[in-house]
Amino acid sequence: MRFEDYQTGPFFDEMFEAGATPRAAARALVQLIEAMVDGELLRRQQSAERVLLHMGITFNVYGDSAGPERIFPFDLVPRIVAAAEWNWIERGLKQRIRALNLFIDDIYHEQSILKDGVIPAEIIGTATSFRKQCVNMNPPGGVWCHITGTDLVRDRDGQVYVLEDNMRCPSGVSYVLQNRVVMKRTFPQVFESSRIRPVDDYPSRLRDMLESLSPADIESPRVVVLTPGIHNSAYFEHSFLAQQMGVELVEGRDLVVSDGLVWMSTTKGFERVDVIYRRIDDDFLDPKAFRPDSALGVPGLMDVYRAGRVALVNAPGTGVADDKVVYAYVPRIVKYYLNEEIIIPNVPTFICAEENDRKEVLARLPELVVKAANESGGYGMLMGPSSTKEQQAVFAARIEADPRNYIAQPTLSLSRVPTMVDGVFKGRHVDLRPYILYGKEIFVLPGGLTRVALKEGSLVVNSSQGGGSKDTWVLADDLPIGEQAAPNTQAQTSVSSRGAQS
Amino acid sequence: MLARVADSIYWMSRYVERAENVARFIEVNLNLMLDLPAGSAQQWQPLVATTGDADEFAKRYRTATQHNVIQFLTFDLENVNSIRSCLRAARENARSVREIISSEMWEQLNEFYLRVNAASDGSRTDPQDLLRLIKRSGHLFTGVTDATMTHNEGWHFCQLGCMLERADKTSRILDVKYFLLLPTASDIGTTADDIQWAAVLRSASAFEMYRKSHGRIAPERVVEFLLFETEFPRAIQYCLARARASVHAISGTPAGVFRHPVERLFGELCSELAYARVEAIIAAGLHEYLDRLQTRINQIGIEISETFFAARGTPGVRKKARGRRSAAPFV
Repeated sequence: MRFEDYQTGPFFDEMFEAGATPRAAARALVQLIEAMVDGELLRRQQSAERVLLHMGITFNVYGDSAGPERIFPFDLVPRIVAAAEWNWIERGLKQRIRALNLFIDDIYHEQSILKDGVIPAEIIGTATSFRKQCVNMNPPGGVWCHITGTDLVRDRDGQVYVLEDNMRCPSGVSYVLQNRVVMKRTFPQVFESSRIRPVDDYPSRLRDMLESLSPADIESPRVVVLTPGIHNSAYFEHSFLAQQMGVELVEGRDLVVSDGLVWMSTTKGFERVDVIYRRIDDDFLDPKAFRPDSALGVPGLMDVYRAGRVALVNAPGTGVADDKVVYAYVPRIVKYYLNEEIIIPNVPTFICAEENDRKEVLARLPELVVKAANESGGYGMLMGPSSTKEQQAVFAARIEADPRNYIAQPTLSLSRVPTMVDGVFKGRHVDLRPYILYGKEIFVLPGGLTRVALKEGSLVVNSSQGGGSKDTWVLADDLPIGEQAAPNTQAQTSVSSRGAQS
Repeated sequence: MLARVADSIYWMSRYVERAENVARFIEVNLNLMLDLPAGSAQQWQPLVATTGDADEFAKRYRTATQHNVIQFLTFDLENVNSIRSCLRAARENARSVREIISSEMWEQLNEFYLRVNAASDGSRTDPQDLLRLIKRSGHLFTGVTDATMTHNEGWHFCQLGCMLERADKTSRILDVKYFLLLPTASDIGTTADDIQWAAVLRSASAFEMYRKSHGRIAPERVVEFLLFETEFPRAIQYCLARARASVHAISGTPAGVFRHPVERLFGELCSELAYARVEAIIAAGLHEYLDRLQTRINQIGIEISETFFAARGTPGVRKKARGRRSAAPFV
């Protein structure tokens, strides 16, 4: 396949500069792809899809338990991030996570940021994700958000923004790991020079981080992954992470609280649990503390947690930082706690609770994106430019009725990456979700999940709404691939002969 | 190992074995019907009776024709013991323990289920053909399990489920012969009778192995072979011995002693089988004997669930478990 007919259009293209010159970081890959015989890339794409199917890299659709699970569509053409840009992103993410963690801790203790008038108190008072049960709680090491998956987007002019902070149970990291496995099989030559930073150590780092939170001072603490069960759309990921870390995957009904400790029921009786990586929302964690009708959680779990005898990851209550109105204040949050200017900016955001902003939003609805404060996954949104007059009227009424619950942002022209569509390359919009672990220190996984909107012109990348994914290559340095430390020919031969057999 | 995970593995394996054995029942009946003297009426009602689902069948089907019975036992999703239902249940169980079993096992089971599902549209006209496919897929799953999963605690729960189910179903295959009404009493001991016993053996994949041990088809020897043969893998004695060994491997209790009801019940049953005489059993009534045997296998199943899958008491009293948690009894 060739790129000669590829159009970057009026967008920022991650692979090509305007005028179809490959960006320096992508040059070697473009050459490699163009050197392939006709149909080769397509064949590799099909074989990659088969591999994913056989590995069972699938997700469930709610309410469709009996049907076959679907594959998360995957495109072979990766998104490449230059080393210098990544260093900037990494610094920016670390800054943001540090500040947000201080913010959450403050909100559940002194609330000095409210007292100092940096954020209006009523915003926290009315945040549905604020958990009064968490007031004065002290999570191990003072860290609340151990695992974050921040969504980044790039606009037409090349500027990268943070679109969302996902501080509750961000999913998708299993696709990052699996996509990489598939890519290594597909482009062994590129990986051979080891210039693409590895992601494979994520499960080990995750396990180390989780173990480090153990309240009991023992050599090998018992870590478990808590899943809502096989009908959850991310069940595959829960099961995969448990398997990769070598820990038990448990459901609420496997756990019981007794004697002020959490136990799991095994074939040999009960064993104590020290750290729970929970993939269940706060509301369902403990029917005694949160929703009493939850059948997924463990009664009494929060008491044990509060007493410091089990670790929950992420800490309950972190969702308050996911509120989209709180998001609008993150630049001020960074300034307040760290006395630094924010490194990666927010998307410019109108806060409908503020009168001037609200007026402007209502006047400019057809060109803005409106978001409800507590929705995710692309739900509860108005995409102004593609909306009907009726939809706009519905949202205008909603905003008037409950301004606190809405923000609005200009419609960004998300950057694009060439994507195989019907045998040719087409530009498709992408975002990027890097994963950040916060234990004793902060670790940013080099890369992350590049989600791609497969429908032409679509800006919605969510897997539940027609999105797919790509591998993300973070380069170790910015020398062009292939132009540095040429691998010796012997190594090359051995790799290609292995490739031929597989 | 988590009690719930052990539960799922055990049932996954039981359901696959059950699906395979339902195919065997149908097959024995098909074979018997083929060998009936010309002019005899087809008998399918007895087959439904053997599986213990006669009431369920009567509710939804009017007559026990070959088509109805095969539909009921193979594809009917409302019948929880139909092959398709069993495979669906096995697959759901497997999905919940995918991180424990090998991916090869999952793939094999997934494919098995999809194939039977695809056949449910009636496109396969030859039932024998489908039954062969089901048996082969069942064997594949058993083989893949043996060859790709560490023989650890989880594997022993697989083994336990499979062997217990097989023991029960072999007893029911033997029972099919009892339910079948012979054309006349004078046929007993005739060629027709021989042919029927051979069909029973074939359904348990035992015909050739029986021939090597005993040569001539003799009813007592056939019953003896399927009940007591210690080296044939579908014989009841063999299955129960293997299931028992897995229970001891799981609990760590030395062979020959017991620490909980499962081990005691297994010990009693295996000893009885070891010293039973087939002539006495037949004289007192084979069907009655098999009936009692099935009841006792059921009791063992209930005790397994109580002992291993439902941790009882309160965690506090078992705190000692914490000190031993690094011990790995199934290396």
